[in-house]
Amino acid sequence: MARTHITTVINGDEVDFLAEDSTSLLNALRDEVGLTGAKEGCGTGDCGACSILLDERVTCSCLVFAPEANGANILTVEGLADAGELHPLQQCFLEGAALQCGICTPGFLIAAKALLDKNPDPTETEIRYALAGNLCRCTGYDKIVRAVQEAAMQMREQ
Amino acid sequence: MAITEENPGYKWVGTRPIRPDGLDKVTGKAQFGADLTLPGMLFGKVVRSPHAHARILSIDTSAAESMLGVKAVITGSDFPDLVANGAHPMAIDVSHNAIARDKVLYEGHVVAAVAATTRELAEAAAKAVEVSYEVLPHVLTVDEAMADNAPLLHEGMITKGVDPAPDQPSNIASRIVHERGDLEQGFGEAEVVVEREFTTKPVHQGYIEPHAAVADANSDGRANIWCSSQGHFQMRADTASVLGVSQGTLKVTAAEIGGGFGGKTVIYLEPIAVRLSQRAGRPVKLVMDRDEVFRATGPTSGTRIKVKMGVSNDGKLTAAEVWMAFEAGAYAGSPVGAAGMTVIAAYDIPHFLVEGYDVVCNKPRVAAYRAPGAPMAAFAVESVLDELARSIGMDPIDLRLANAAVEGTQASYGPKFPRIGFVETLEAIKEHPNYTAELGPNQGRGVAAGFWFNAGMNSSATVHINENGTATVVTGSPDIGGSRQSMALMAAEELGIPYESIKPVVADTETVGFTDVTGGSRVTLATGAAVVDACRIVIEDLRARAAKTWDVEVDQVEWVDGQAQHVDGSQPPLSLDALAAKSGRTGGPISANASLNARGVGAAFSTQVCDVEVDPETGVTRVVRYLTAQDAGRAISPDYVEGQMQGGVVQGIGWGLNEEYVHDQNGNMENPSFLDYRMPVASDLPMIECCIVEVPNPAHPYGVRGVGEVGIVPPMAALGNAIKDATGVRLTDLPMTPIKVLEALNEQSD
Amino acid sequence: MAQVHFSAGLREFTGGVSQVQVEASNVRRLVAALDDMFPGIGERLSEGSSVAIDGEILTDAEFESVPDQAEVHFLDILQGG
Repeated sequence: MARTHITTVINGDEVDFLAEDSTSLLNALRDEVGLTGAKEGCGTGDCGACSILLDERVTCSCLVFAPEANGANILTVEGLADAGELHPLQQCFLEGAALQCGICTPGFLIAAKALLDKNPDPTETEIRYALAGNLCRCTGYDKIVRAVQEAAMQMREQ
Repeated sequence: MAITEENPGYKWVGTRPIRPDGLDKVTGKAQFGADLTLPGMLFGKVVRSPHAHARILSIDTSAAESMLGVKAVITGSDFPDLVANGAHPMAIDVSHNAIARDKVLYEGHVVAAVAATTRELAEAAAKAVEVSYEVLPHVLTVDEAMADNAPLLHEGMITKGVDPAPDQPSNIASRIVHERGDLEQGFGEAEVVVEREFTTKPVHQGYIEPHAAVADANSDGRANIWCSSQGHFQMRADTASVLGVSQGTLKVTAAEIGGGFGGKTVIYLEPIAVRLSQRAGRPVKLVMDRDEVFRATGPTSGTRIKVKMGVSNDGKLTAAEVWMAFEAGAYAGSPVGAAGMTVIAAYDIPHFLVEGYDVVCNKPRVAAYRAPGAPMAAFAVESVLDELARSIGMDPIDLRLANAAVEGTQASYGPKFPRIGFVETLEAIKEHPNYTAELGPNQGRGVAAGFWFNAGMNSSATVHINENGTATVVTGSPDIGGSRQSMALMAAEELGIPYESIKPVVADTETVGFTDVTGGSRVTLATGAAVVDACRIVIEDLRARAAKTWDVEVDQVEWVDGQAQHVDGSQPPLSLDALAAKSGRTGGPISANASLNARGVGAAFSTQVCDVEVDPETGVTRVVRYLTAQDAGRAISPDYVEGQMQGGVVQGIGWGLNEEYVHDQNGNMENPSFLDYRMPVASDLPMIECCIVEVPNPAHPYGVRGVGEVGIVPPMAALGNAIKDATGVRLTDLPMTPIKVLEALNEQSD
Repeated sequence: MAQVHFSAGLREFTGGVSQVQVEASNVRRLVAALDDMFPGIGERLSEGSSVAIDGEILTDAEFESVPDQAEVHFLDILQGG
């Protein structure tokens, strides 16, 4: 089958890869680019485990065909830390025990980053709605919401 | 808030450091089941039955096999016939559930599998496998399955536990019964008797990571398996059994596991992946889609439960009669046994009869789900207790306090309870400000409690002291909720070195001794005890080496704060670093193993109170406040104890309000996606407040009981009781959806 | 002598007897003694049961010692999640 040549910027680096037209961006990232941080929990855009920033918008990468990402700027969880220094969200998730199994964590971090990029001082309700597209089955969300609150506070103080 | 009987003065146990595996999980490095890629790896795809019950007439794989890029196609005939081999009935069920032979017993039952060079090809090849079926009549619920002349799943199924044994087969696999005293006398002594009937639907564990396995078979008959599981030794044993090979030919490595809740204690993909890899001569990856997870794995049982209980005017329970039927899915083995043992175990009731039935039906075989069997049973009994409290005008916590099991109570399932903390959880809720907080319009408050045994079983641990005095702690327990942190905290406490100096590792089946599954809330207790034992052997060794160094008797040496000290202070202390650096001179590397069948299992109790607001226009129930108190024995890792408590509660909220398997009349699941099988999301919930109660388990070195499961037992009844408080209507059918609430409200106003 | 209690489910083997006194030093000998009294119960107990001795629930406990005056219950083996 014919494969399309796709040119992107992923986590700040120019990355080219080949993918079939029917391949999801998620599978291309995982199988072709080798970035397995984004996870497939459902393949239907309902769980958010595959969340990435696609040109700064939170996107379920399982719902995008790989060729649609041609020319796009992509951020995955692997690009969240800066030269080894964790993003405040990553640090607060660690310190606040906001993960148990960790499969949903990459998606939550991306969705939370998108929220705080737009709204540096969200209410608890705003956080809960911003994260409502991400399923977590382990934590009951309590410690995730608190970690986002803490990260938001730290980022405002910086 | 913590209630602690004594302050043991621990340095590490009970603290909240960063988890050892955390960094990999916030940076995307952690390798979960589907993340492994091997050179030359093929993608597999499983062919599943579209029918709930059918005879397989023929399978034509020729079209699939002839496709370019398809490297293997297998069916049930590629696996040994365990029936002919005289295998144990349970091993036969495991094998036939992994891949069907003559009949399919539920929609999603595996009938064949393919491996090809790409995902897309594998999917096309799976579609090209032609299976011809004779569709048979099916049964979906306990009511249908127990009806006279119901179609049979297994023609030889004779109900166990009935005396005399029935002479005709049925869909009832077994009957259990627990009995004490004289029911007639007990109900005669009651002032009020309440009788209700409850139904619950199958619900899925709902782990976010679908099942995944990679197998790499060698031509010498050996194979490596990487899979997401709660117990890679169990996977090895069951996979070997299905394949008909010795366990020693298989090496299983546990990937990071993306949730399990009991659902990953059983095999699905592993033997299929190995057989495909053997046929293709290349590694094969199999990953389920979400709809496959729903249709063919888990869930826990749908049930019908009848409860009749009596109470005296002073609040003493006089009698209880319970009848339960649990869906097992396609093969025997619902958790009705545990349901029968837990249903009234929290209370001291003089006269009771508990009767339960394990019933097969044409749905996926049920798998363990967090305190298997107890939540449905508690929904029924705790709802009836609420009715009893209302009818005699007693506070619902006071009613429970008046009847709570305590140390020495003869449990309904037999033995006397050792030291337990049920009363303490009840009191913690009663004293909390939430219990008396003001309620708004359309709001109500509900209380419920739960009991779970917890488990011990087999665990192994190895402790290596590295040359620089740091330690590696190796266990065989897949870490599902932060157990590596608990292991490191206990090892730090024992060895007297910093938590950060300890690296906890989950090893494969060839690198650590046998370890039972991560389940039954047992890891911190049992694997923790193995870690403690191994550390203590290391410490004995270190004392002997210090004694040798100082040329004194070993009883002159104490191990304090990570160093050997002479009892009279006549020698400068020898640190672990110093002993490790010179270990070659004192007998070689420092390392110890411990393996055990854990003793001293301590039971868990949870009491919860929730406030809901019910919209009288829409019937929507919103949880506005939630508090859970649970006896952890000792919270080794309080962050992750709270995490277990909160996670269990929220799964229970989903079970209570939203979640259910919906099947059409053909036996096909209608909602196999997270869109239609609606699990709670962040915006559905308030914060889940936790009160860790610590009534130490006297039989464990740190007082651990186990915390993973009991938290899911009370929520459904707590919600139902709160809805009753808010609206006056009693819902007895889960989930308590807006439509059911509205219907009940309309009936009430008619 | 240990006091052995039979759950309702086991009483089909004991002809309705709910408890007996047995002299046995460990669980295996106890089960053998019970099988002598109630033929058939031994297989059922060794295959599908855990045992509680003075309130402590144990699995695979055939070599566990049974103290004098111990209270012994046989329970179904449970599955955890």
